[in-house]
Formats: sequence, C-alpha cells, structure tokens
Amino acid sequence: MAVIGSLGTDRLKVNLAGLKLNNPTMLASGILGYSAETLSSIVAGGAGAVVTKSVGFKPRKGYANPTVVQADFGLINAVGLPNPGISEFVREIREMKRLGVPLIVSVYGFSAEEYATVAKKAVGAGADALELNVSCPHVKETGSEIGQSPEVLAEVVGKVKAVVDRPVLVKLSPNVTDLVEIAEAAVRAGADGITAINTVRAMAIDVETAMPILSNKRGGLSGPAVKPIALRCVYDVYERVKVPIMGCGGVTDWRDAVEFFLAGASAVQIGTAIALKGPSVFRSVSRGVDAYLKKKGFRSVNEIVGLSHRS
Amino acid sequence: MSAYRIAANKLRTTSILSVRTESPTVTTFTFKDRECARAKPGQFLMLWIPGVDEIPLSILDVGEDGAVSVTVKKVGEATEALHRMKAGDFVGVRGPFGNSFTRKKGKILIVGGGTGMAPLWFLVKRLLPDVERLVFVMGAKTEDELLFMDGLKKMLIGGNRQLVATTEDGSCGITGLCTEPLDRLLTNERFDMVYTCGPEPMIRKVFELAEKCEVSFEASLERLMRCAIGLCGSCVIGKYRVCRDGPIFTSKQLREVEAEFGSSKRDFDGKRIPL
Ligand SMILES: Cc1cc2nc3c(=O)[nH]c(=O)nc-3n(C[C@H](O)[C@H](O)[C@H](O)COP(=O)(O)OP(=O)(O)OC[C@H]3O[C@@H](n4cnc5c(N)ncnc54)[C@H](O)[C@@H]3O)c2cc1C
Ligand SMILES: Cc1cc2nc3c(=O)[nH]c(=O)nc-3n(C[C@H](O)[C@H](O)[C@H](O)COP(=O)(O)O)c2cc1C
Ligand code: FES
Repeated sequence: MAVIGSLGTDRLKVNLAGLKLNNPTMLASGILGYSAETLSSIVAGGAGAVVTKSVGFKPRKGYANPTVVQADFGLINAVGLPNPGISEFVREIREMKRLGVPLIVSVYGFSAEEYATVAKKAVGAGADALELNVSCPHVKETGSEIGQSPEVLAEVVGKVKAVVDRPVLVKLSPNVTDLVEIAEAAVRAGADGITAINTVRAMAIDVETAMPILSNKRGGLSGPAVKPIALRCVYDVYERVKVPIMGCGGVTDWRDAVEFFLAGASAVQIGTAIALKGPSVFRSVSRGVDAYLKKKGFRSVNEIVGLSHRS
Repeated sequence: MSAYRIAANKLRTTSILSVRTESPTVTTFTFKDRECARAKPGQFLMLWIPGVDEIPLSILDVGEDGAVSVTVKKVGEATEALHRMKAGDFVGVRGPFGNSFTRKKGKILIVGGGTGMAPLWFLVKRLLPDVERLVFVMGAKTEDELLFMDGLKKMLIGGNRQLVATTEDGSCGITGLCTEPLDRLLTNERFDMVYTCGPEPMIRKVFELAEKCEVSFEASLERLMRCAIGLCGSCVIGKYRVCRDGPIFTSKQLREVEAEFGSSKRDFDGKRIPL
C-alpha cells in the first residue's frame, strides 16, 4: 500500500540522539501507554516511535474520577500518574520490544535515586531510550518540584546517566519562570534530548454546583489550546541548546508539526489528538509533512528544523 | 476512523428529574440531556456525582423530550452517594460514548443478568418493531432483583415473543443461572443473533454456547474507565479500548482477546488483576 511507502520515504527519516525513526512523529507519554497490545495499534497508525506511560518505583492508583475534563480547545487531566510500578512494568516493556519502532520508557520518581533505579530496570528490560518526566503538573514532589529547580534536575539527570547507556530525554514543564535555564541545566548534566512541553497547569469549575470538576481540583491542559505556548517553548530552547528537541503540545495535523519543526523541534509527540482523530493521526501528519517537504523542495525534514530562526 | 463528536465530551450539569426504585439495591435516575438523548442502544455516559466520583453507566432509555435514564446498582462509594440523591439535585453528564449494538431483524435471543439489563431494555425497545422473533432470558439471584419484569412482560406479549426468567434461589421462573435454559433454546431453534450483557463470567458462558451453535453474537463489556474518549488506556482489553472500540464486541473480536475475556481486567494502577 502506498501508505507505508510514503511513510518510509527518506525525507521523513530522523536520527534523534542515536534513535532512528522512520518518521518524526511519536506517541506522547501517558496516552494508551500501558500495554504492548494497545501500543501496537499506535504503531499500526504510523507512529515513528512510542513513549510509554510514566512509570515509577512503586505502583500508583492515580486520582479518583473525574480525571479528564474537556476545555474549549483541549483537555484538562489530573490522572495522577497511575502505573503498576517498574517491577511489574518490565514485563510489558519486554513485550513492547516487539513493536518494531524505538521504545522510549517514561520514568518518574520522588528522588534522584528512584529515577535512577527505575531507569536502570527499564533499560535492563529493553528500553531503547528514556524520557524523564520531571514535569507532571499535578503530582506533588515529582514533576513540578524537580522540573522547577535546575540543581535538583541536574542531580536527577546525572544519576540516571551514570547508570544507563541509552539516550536520556528530559521532558520539561511550561509551568516555570525560565524554561530555558532548566533545559540548559538538563543538557549540562548530560541530557541527550529535550521534550517540550508537558501539560499547562489549569482547572475547570462547574457553575451549577460551584465546584472544581477534577477530583484533584487542579490538572494540566493539553491539546490545541497549548500549542502556541509549546511552540514558543521549543523556539526558546532551540536558541540555547544543541541537543534534539521533541515538540509536544496540541499537534493535530501536519501544519502543527511543520510549525514545531520550523521552531526547532526534530520530532513531534502527539497525545490529545488521538481522541479526535484516532491512532491514524500519526500517518496523516507524516503524509502531510512529507507532501510539504516535497512541494517546498526539501530533501529531508532535518533541513527545516529551526528554519524560522533565520529571520 | 469513526467520527468523534467532541461536543459529546463536554461536561454538562443537569438536575435529576425523577428517581424510581427498581429493587432494594437498584434505582433508576432520569435527567434531561440533549446529547445523550441521541444515543443508540449499548452506548454509555459518564455521570459525575459532584465531589464524589465520575462513573460509566449504560443508557437505559431516552425520551423524545430529551429525557435520559440510567439504572444504577449500589455497589460502592459513588453508587451509594448517587442513591442518596433526589429529584432536583445536580449531576454532571458526558457522552454518549462508545459503539452500539448492531440492529438485526430476524430471530433474536437476548440474555441479561444484573444491571446488564439496562442496555438490553433499550435494545429491545428499538428492535421490537422489526424483529421476526425475540426471546429474552433474564437472570438474577432472587425474584426481587429481576429488573424491569413488569415492563418486559408487557412488551413481550405475542406469539413470536417470549420472556424467560431464572433465579438462583428458585423464587421465580427456572431455578439456576440464566445460562441454564440457553443450551436447549439454542439447539432447538436457529437464531440469527444473540445479544448479551451482565457479569462477565456469564457473558463468557453465553459466548461459548453461541460459538458452539455458530450463532452471531454481541456482548457489552465493562472495564475501568477514566477518560471515556480512548486516550488514557484504563479500559483496554487486548488491543481494544472498551470506551471507544466497545463497549459492544462481536464474537470475532472476543476470540482475539480470549486470554482476558471473562478472566482478567486492569486495575486503577494498570496492573492486570482477576475479574
Ligand atoms: C460501559 C459501562 C457501563 C456500565 N453500566 C452500568 C449500569 O448501567 N448500571 C450500573 O449499576 N453499573 C454500571 N456499570 C458499572 C459502574 O460503573 C460501577 O458499578 C461503578 O463505577 C461503581 O462505583 P462505586 O464507587 O459505587 O464502587 P467502587 O467501590 O468504587 O467499585 C466497585 C466496582 O465497580 C467498578 N468500578 C469502579 N469505578 C469504576 C470506573 N470508573 N469505571 C468502571 N468500573 C468502575 C469496579 O469493578 C469496582 O471493583 C458500568 C460500567 C461500564 C464500564
Ligand atoms: C490523559 C493524559 C495523561 C498524560 N500522562 C502523562 C504521563 O504519564 N507522563 C507525561 O510525561 N506526560 C503525560 N501527559 C502529557 C502528554 O504527554 C503531553 O505532554 C501533553 O498532553 C501535550 O501534548 P498533546 O497536546 O499532544 O496531548 C498526559 C496527557 C494526557 C492528556
Ligand atoms: S477510559 Fe480512557 S481509554 Fe477508555
């Protein structure tokens, strides 16, 4: 089928810190990322790589419902990092190895040691790379606290890098005063790539009952509403760091993806758009990007990474 | 790719119009909601019980005036809180979500247990005008718990229609599980379709009988739900998301998920646990 062929064109191939992707779209963390079987439908939908649900040292049940609420141009979620813990998750990782695309395991922890322990086990089970979630906006002591302090973040990245021999991406939170400072600290500590961004702190209130809707009250906004914020974050980070950037936030069609490449991203991650377009969103984005590159006379997506910085 | 109406996912708050007791542990709630009033049999909604929880519930019925009903069994914190609510109290609604039963015309066998009766009631109402024959087998532990008995009796009057009740304690109808009379029904008569909803071990049994007799089959499954829009992964069975690809599954799909169907599900932390 022409579909596969078009995804396999050399124009779309990217190499991210040693990870070879057939196309520059990847599944964002936390979306359907528990099991190999569900991820297989994402791969069938055309994803060039997948990122798992964030996994920690111990199992977590997450928050009570409502955990997801619709906003005007996106979703607000406070799922609360539910995961079975790394000891259980290694079994899924072993199965996920068969997916045929690079497997990036998302890791969170409550201390640098925890991050390192989980990261090591994930790599032991077969992770091709890691993404450190230091930016979950609604769980205390992981995420915001770690992703907000350059010193703490550097310690986490350093400890993880010391125990694994695979690329380590750091996923940043937009909920900070100076995202660039944090990105630089991560790269100085050895990060091989940056993912920008995680969700933007947000909430929803019901007028009839005068109550916050999410059980956790506060959550994180994703989807088209955050795209302009994410784009600015990628643009800023690109100016100051040399490692590849994964653009993430609101990517729904090829135009969004191209905007992220022009801002400086080497690949894009897609999450919320799956609710709207299904797993085949990856293929439609890739195809659109490919058509754009062809029309504009570019031989590779790499040629447009950061192109908007010329002006 | 199925079209996904994002409007359906926006939470609406609406007040409860009426509350009807169905059994000592089961209550039906009715409220107005224009989106859910367009639902098809088998679809579900997410009901927010403010300050407590948000839970998936099958749509029992819809009225022309935009009234929507759900039937709820008291099993834990959220359903108990809901049972304490009265007409005039506010609940939140998202949906309708998921696929629906396919609409068949020929000879139909429906098997329902527990609150699995809710989507089947809706289905019977929609099927009746066109079917050639309809046999409804319903089961419960005791007579008290047989849901919608009176309504079903009225609807299923006539030569080509039949209602068979089973109770585990023998207080009404055939003594035993609702799968008891099925073997005979399925061997004596050629049905075009079997629909079922109820406890999953029951569904599994009905599935096996339908497989044996090579009859088309559709069942409604339950799994833990959070987002209800196919994103979070809480509700997966095999490669399927129950909230988006289900809750109605065909025998072909159920064969693909045989390892989990009737035996395991994922807990709130994503770990696989026995049903
Ligand atoms: C598609 C679908 C349709 C359903 N239709 C009906 C219906 O018409 N009538 C009815 O009475 N019940 C229905 N249920 C089951 C109903 O959602 C649960 O009984 C309810 O969530 C229990 O909440 P609780 O807090 O009272 O109980 P808890 O004490 O929290 O839990 C009791 C059990 O309910 C289930 N449950 C709890 N939370 C959820 C959740 N978020 N999603 C799914 N299951 C959960 C679990 O199996 C749990 O073990 C349906 C479930 C699904 C998935
Ligand atoms: C339901 C849901 C769960 C998420 N869980 C995680 C998670 O576990 N770890 C993580 O790093 N990001 C998580 N995210 C954030 C996404 O990976 C992504 O950064 C964000 O949603 C923005 O991208 P999008 O607009 O394409 O969804 C989650 C997002 C959603 C909507
Ligand atoms: S409930 Fe979230 S994917 Fe089904």
